[in-house]
Amino acid sequence: MSDALTADKVMDLKGLPCPMPVVKVSKGIKEVQVGQVIQAITTDPGARTDFPAWAKKTGNEILKTEDNGDETSFFIKRTT
Amino acid sequence: MDNAAETMDTRAGSAPDLKEIQNQVLELKTRLDALAKEAPEDKLSMIVFSGDLDKALAAFIIATGAVAMGMDVVMFFTFWGTPVLRDKDKKAGGKDMMGTMFGTMLPKGADQVKLSQMNMAGMGTAMMKSLMAKKNVASLEEMIEMAGELGVRIVVCEMSMDLMGFKHEEMIDYPHLSYGGVATFLEEAGGSRVQLFI
Repeated sequence: MSDALTADKVMDLKGLPCPMPVVKVSKGIKEVQVGQVIQAITTDPGARTDFPAWAKKTGNEILKTEDNGDETSFFIKRTT
Repeated sequence: MDNAAETMDTRAGSAPDLKEIQNQVLELKTRLDALAKEAPEDKLSMIVFSGDLDKALAAFIIATGAVAMGMDVVMFFTFWGTPVLRDKDKKAGGKDMMGTMFGTMLPKGADQVKLSQMNMAGMGTAMMKSLMAKKNVASLEEMIEMAGELGVRIVVCEMSMDLMGFKHEEMIDYPHLSYGGVATFLEEAGGSRVQLFI
């Protein structure tokens, strides 16, 4: 049973390479309310470390990371 | 319960210590305020000296990445970086012979810059561009446009413009473009957390 984390906004960033995933998410996070969750789906290998680094720097929180073969989904909560 | 009776010798307790502590706190506060004023801002100052495609791309990838991380970004274009910002569709008249020569020999904008290595008479650069397109990597022009949308500031070195004979009117329409000299850069850089030379 998965814990069914539902995102308030899903961003399909598949196929986008550096720096686009982080750039798009930084824009996308502003489009949800504080406390809401974005699911960012990416295929960029750099994103695996970029997203945690971005989250740490901006203060947003990565609730969960799901690996699905080539795709990684990051569930990010907007905190500020 | 006041002072008349108190002498230096009876100073045993909290009152003088309290004053001492208060003074120390005040001094610390003053020093802290002074330090806070000098603390570097969450800013990236970058000098773009190179005019190569690969280096310009790196510069803009870093710049857009930094903005995504919440940093204020300022890029100083100087020397070989200056031609990158020329607009391929604009013309500028009134140049002297040297200026005209530079204008012809140097790249006219982002589309015309070459790889710093393996250019192979243009073949390497063309291959790289096609590979980038295939992998969905943004082109240099797209990067520049994105940087503009994200608020990356660009300052162009006036001296380079002057040396190379470029005119303001032949540069691209970038939303946060201005011109300046070395002191402008140093002032920004001094207050930045990150400084880079590309």
